[in-house]
Amino acid sequence: MQNKTLLPFLVFILIVVFLAIGLNLKPGEVPSPFIGKPAPKFSLETLGDKNLRITRKEMLGKVWMLNVWASWCAACRDEHSLLNKISQDGVVEILGLNYKDTRFDANKWLDQFGNPYSVIAFDENGDVGIDYGVYGVPETFVIDKNGMVRLKHIGPLTRNDISQSIIPLVKSLEKEKI
Amino acid sequence: MCRVLVLWVYFWSVAVIGQTEIVQFDNSQQQKLYQKVIKELRCLVCQNQNLADSNADLAQDLRNKSQEMIKSGKSYTEIIDYMTERYGDFVLYRPRVRPATLMLWFSPFVFLTGIIFIAVRRIRSPAPPADDRFTNEEMEKAKNLLRDKPET
Repeated sequence: MQNKTLLPFLVFILIVVFLAIGLNLKPGEVPSPFIGKPAPKFSLETLGDKNLRITRKEMLGKVWMLNVWASWCAACRDEHSLLNKISQDGVVEILGLNYKDTRFDANKWLDQFGNPYSVIAFDENGDVGIDYGVYGVPETFVIDKNGMVRLKHIGPLTRNDISQSIIPLVKSLEKEKI
Repeated sequence: MCRVLVLWVYFWSVAVIGQTEIVQFDNSQQQKLYQKVIKELRCLVCQNQNLADSNADLAQDLRNKSQEMIKSGKSYTEIIDYMTERYGDFVLYRPRVRPATLMLWFSPFVFLTGIIFIAVRRIRSPAPPADDRFTNEEMEKAKNLLRDKPET
């Protein structure tokens, strides 16, 4: 008798547990296969100067952040003031990847909202974006001194993301040896 | 009836026009490969559509990429590898069997086996003998009822 009432109850609890796990998942955030792996190579013209190129190699030896953005991306505006802030505070060097944009629009956008980037790579047709597995702008990668991807954030960064994950991670990565 | 027909023709034509995308390949083999690839790959923006069905920008880019790769003679596996390297297992509708996807592939069979096991055990175990004897109380009640026969 005991068993008969207990079993459905246990099954019910099991279903509730699965439901709770399911509700807390973020299906929009696909786990990146790059974590702990070398950041894909790239060599692109900079946004400011067509004759200059920026490559992944130049960033080796420092901790840096790659921020994928575009002038047509509304969500990029949400995080932009935060990027300005961490750039001003000297938290980490931010390299911009201007994704599927035009130089004109991108520059106008930066004039309007400010430029937190040390360099901006101009990825006109989105090829580097594909190499980095970008599927929703904005996306942010934190890359260590050895050129390994250590974190990928999809969607706009929030104040919490910065204070609770980006800053502590950058600090610990700065201490790592090459 | 006529109206229904008009509507039907309308929606049908919209559906057909919506899908038209002219892709030129050198041979029908490449064409087939292309269809196979874009049906297998998931669009990451609209996650329940494959590349073939999706109108998202990213889907368009990935379709172009697949085309390029097919035209340069890449095989099905090479394209799938290329995409998984960048977007992870999630980009495939049928992710590969590897430690991280074991649960996904085999948990349904584990559950099924469990359920069959329980069901078989239940069916096989003899039903407990039904307790068909009346309690003293019930007997008493029955006797009383029989005694007070309704008058005919």
